[in-house]
Amino acid sequence: MIKTDILIIGAGPTGLFAVFEAGLLQLKCHIIDALPMPGGQLSELYPKKPIYDIPGFPEVLAGDLVNNLMEQIKPFSPGFTLGERAEKIEKQSDGSFIVTTDKGTAHHTKVVAIAGGLGSFEPKKPPIEGIESWEDKGVSYMIKDPEVYRNKKVLIAGGGDSALDWSIFLADVASEVTLVHRRSEFRGALDSVEKVQALKNSAKINLITPAEVIGLAGDTQLNKAFIQKAGEEAPIELSVDAFIPLFGLSPKLGPIGAWGLEIEKNAIVVDNTLDYMTNIPGIYAIGDVNTYPGKLKLILCGFHEATLMCQSAYGRIFPDKRYVMKYTTVGGVTGFDGTKKEAPKAVVKKIE
Amino acid sequence: MAQDIEVTIVDRAGHSHTVTAPTDMNMNLMELVRSYELAPEGTIGICGGMAMCASCQCYINSQHDLNPMSEEEEAMLSEAFHVQENSRLGCQLLITAAMEGLEVTLAPEE
Repeated sequence: MIKTDILIIGAGPTGLFAVFEAGLLQLKCHIIDALPMPGGQLSELYPKKPIYDIPGFPEVLAGDLVNNLMEQIKPFSPGFTLGERAEKIEKQSDGSFIVTTDKGTAHHTKVVAIAGGLGSFEPKKPPIEGIESWEDKGVSYMIKDPEVYRNKKVLIAGGGDSALDWSIFLADVASEVTLVHRRSEFRGALDSVEKVQALKNSAKINLITPAEVIGLAGDTQLNKAFIQKAGEEAPIELSVDAFIPLFGLSPKLGPIGAWGLEIEKNAIVVDNTLDYMTNIPGIYAIGDVNTYPGKLKLILCGFHEATLMCQSAYGRIFPDKRYVMKYTTVGGVTGFDGTKKEAPKAVVKKIE
Repeated sequence: MAQDIEVTIVDRAGHSHTVTAPTDMNMNLMELVRSYELAPEGTIGICGGMAMCASCQCYINSQHDLNPMSEEEEAMLSEAFHVQENSRLGCQLLITAAMEGLEVTLAPEE
């Protein structure tokens, strides 16, 4: 079992910065995130977009901010459980918690800090009638193991990078790849668009645009899809073994919503701005995921909340220890990895 | 002071709201919906207004001449669900005096 002082749920900027503030207090952190990489929204939604209200950065790209935060917290060697969603929480008799993910990874922690933003990112399901009944019978919203598509007839829908990239990849694995998109323009890296064009020209990808998948059929397994091409009367009937709709991800609060926390407006209520503790002692909520009077969903506010949360968590974990906050300029940064950063000492030397 | 306008918004439950919107606050239609809490927080404007999600999709019911769609908006709408001929992303519609009397319906949540 993974053991830590503070278990942070969510690897967005708030969760990452919490690792730094905890580290200054010699508290160890471990982070769970449903996405396969750190950064949360900044990595998933807008890595190339500039942010202008990070104090001290007149302009910083979201992706660069994540990289900088990762660099800043490196000395504190945080643990990561990525690509897994926090599912279950059990309070122990000593006040600690065991948090288990959807893949069964268990984490034993003294304090939980939920920095979940708008929730964990889950694939968007297209509104095709009966699509749910074909899940695990040929329909999947993400590709975990491309080998399952070997020598299969695969239908992909979507117009972004993941639809393009998987069409390219599966062209060599599947017996047939059909890509359907509502228009002829694709939004993706130029390189991917060109590759799909080449694969279409060499008949390795069957491209149907502008079109939409409107129906699915089969017996025990999916074996047919109906594709409506714009301007045509009857839909195309296509024989398929698998249908993979790739329409991006959208955040959902998910299982955390059932942990017994007070929820209001899709956010976790913290009735104070003292330490952002929730109605369950030992569980904090910081960043976009919380709400309180005057709440602003800003990264810079998340940083502040993370800092106050760590001070409070320290007091919970070490109720009898004396402590005063120390400036990094004075105390430097001593990492768990043996590194030490500190301000250079002034030279005292006599001038003759 | 710039003039306020009136905009009618039909929420996802089908209720119609005629609200006053400022034209001098650099506000867009998604933000207007949020400011009157006509859709629950966390279900609209998820990406913050960058045309990178479609949570603020709406249908334009009136005949107003709106700013044309950008490449980004068009691309996003081509991947969204429940899209109709009159679909727009609310975050891409800056509120101007020309929108006086605008009528929109919020698209269902994805």
